[in-house]
Amino acid sequence: MSSIDIKVHHVTRVEGHGNIVVNATDGVLEEVRWEVPESPRLFEAMLRGRHYSDVQHIASRICGICSIAHSTASLHASEAALGVKVSEQTRRLRKLLFNAEVLESHVLHACCLAAPDFLGAPSVIPLVNTHKDVVVKVMSLKRLAYKLADLLAGRKTHPISCIVGGFSMLPDLEKLEMIRDALIASLADYEALVDLFKSLAGEIPSFERETEYIALKDPNEYAFISGDIASSDTATVPIDQYRSVTNEFCVPHSTAKYTKNVRDAYQVGALARFNINHEQLHPKAKDAAVELGLKAPCYNPYMITIAQVVEAVHATEDSILLIDKLLETGVTKEPETAEIQAGCGVGAVEAPRGILFHDYTYGGDGILTEANCVIPTNQNHNNIQHDMEALVPTILDRPQEEIRLMLEMLVRAYDPCISCSTHMLQVRFK
Amino acid sequence: MKPKVAFFDFTCCEGCQLDTLNIEGQDLVDLVSAIDIVEFREVHTGKADHYDIAFVEGSITRESGIERVKDIRARSDMLIALGACAHIGGINCLKNHLEMDEALEIVYGEDAKYYDTIPARPVSAVVPVDFAVPGCPINTAELLRVVKDILLGKTPSLPNYPVCVECKMAGNVCVFERGGTCLGPVIRGGCNAVCVTAGRHCWGCRGLVDDPNLDSQKDVLKEYGLTVDQVVEKFKIYNTYSEVAQ
Repeated sequence: MSSIDIKVHHVTRVEGHGNIVVNATDGVLEEVRWEVPESPRLFEAMLRGRHYSDVQHIASRICGICSIAHSTASLHASEAALGVKVSEQTRRLRKLLFNAEVLESHVLHACCLAAPDFLGAPSVIPLVNTHKDVVVKVMSLKRLAYKLADLLAGRKTHPISCIVGGFSMLPDLEKLEMIRDALIASLADYEALVDLFKSLAGEIPSFERETEYIALKDPNEYAFISGDIASSDTATVPIDQYRSVTNEFCVPHSTAKYTKNVRDAYQVGALARFNINHEQLHPKAKDAAVELGLKAPCYNPYMITIAQVVEAVHATEDSILLIDKLLETGVTKEPETAEIQAGCGVGAVEAPRGILFHDYTYGGDGILTEANCVIPTNQNHNNIQHDMEALVPTILDRPQEEIRLMLEMLVRAYDPCISCSTHMLQVRFK
Repeated sequence: MKPKVAFFDFTCCEGCQLDTLNIEGQDLVDLVSAIDIVEFREVHTGKADHYDIAFVEGSITRESGIERVKDIRARSDMLIALGACAHIGGINCLKNHLEMDEALEIVYGEDAKYYDTIPARPVSAVVPVDFAVPGCPINTAELLRVVKDILLGKTPSLPNYPVCVECKMAGNVCVFERGGTCLGPVIRGGCNAVCVTAGRHCWGCRGLVDDPNLDSQKDVLKEYGLTVDQVVEKFKIYNTYSEVAQ
């Protein structure tokens, strides 16, 4: 048997930079490595010395795809540290804003970044010619999510009006009602997407590896911005004890930190959430899961993309319910935060890619003295490495190109967001 | 022949590339049909040797980035800085206020030795830049206008008036009147004052206008009882690299 030497330098169609290295000689695997060479960003250092009114603005810039998740985790951490309480109105508006990002991010990943592999295309760009109807639907679904975020926060990428204590701008209810109607209409487009992914089911590799799954859990809802830390293996712990779960450590070939809990690695993201919280999905999302053959517990990481499609349906249903409530109660201008105290606080949310923690310490003058951020993609790096170690020996007899593609697809399934994880994809076959 | 266009990212959040993908339906289809996108790692698999137009997002924060951007420059007829990080250094330059070893140690502790980083800088500090699309994130309407101008053989231009002009047109109450601090009087317009409209203030992400009237800004601060230091703290968030901040 010949040698296998795969080096994918800067894997494409992922957010940020990552490399895959595989070496094998005569059918014996010598090395398989997932490397994260992204530039260090040093946000924790940059947040020090900033006033709380600037902290969300800076923290948002950790990531362009999940800026709303970083903003929300940042605000929750600041509010917990400063002793600021928010209203039910703010909680609803934040959930709605969060849904906008889940929708945009999941549609972008499932349809524009992952689906081209199933359709044998290098990207979504040539699909404009071959699958124009689907691409137009996808673009309009993304556009709708952007419109919802624009209305609530002035902008989707780096939201403007979400501040400590609430919102500096309130949505126009007439426009919100128009978006509600568009969301209801979009459910038909999601049905079409479910049909598309159902037709591609044969292209999804059947690899399985059971691991530990970690996600927020809230007794009242499918958790995105509230709850405690739940694990498939251990008891639930409050978010301020996150360090007992994440146990971060550095590895030399990666600028991103790695994590592990009770096993060698754990998984976060849409599939972890589905495995832990699937019973709390809204009805159409449950139907979509059945249609797509997604059943908990699912141990196939390639199904993360499918769990994202299910969650997009859920987030649409959830947004319609939230808007109904907001239209019923109306929205009222609330006073700005006046009193703060010194202290520490943790914010945790389920970013599209998984559980995200921001942990801040403030002085009594409202100046941040210490920050720690634990990013979902970092929590998945170690699990990706273990998946590769389990997968590669089972496919070593296949052509090198096929191995390379399967590994790239594996990484893409995790929807890694590498620029935020460095505080990830080249496949290099040596 | 359609111009060969590539997108590259250095240290940044990739938000500007993402917003590029969200250009409104027909405009995006028109854009994709008028140009040949040969590299766009975030969304597309493929590589090329030469580019008519290279868009570069992100600031340069590593020695290896200096070599990479020089190589891209050498293979590009035109290089355009995309967004605040590439254009003015942006938020990444906040770390320049710390010693690099100190910043690394804050984040990575005793493992800091594994990582290399240099003070953050805009692309223009390393290679000549033909044009910039400012903002954090970019305004996609402005990006489209710039691309259209280039395709038509015109030299693109940016607004050279302060954010205040568009802010007044948007009908906003002045941030200073509301008791806040704002960079609008000296920052380049073109964003429709979107941050003030959403209830906040101008953070300065588009960089200074060509001849900022700093004396007038000082008068405004005096009138509202604010100090230069208060404004400089805000200014540093995006404009640490500019001479005014230094």
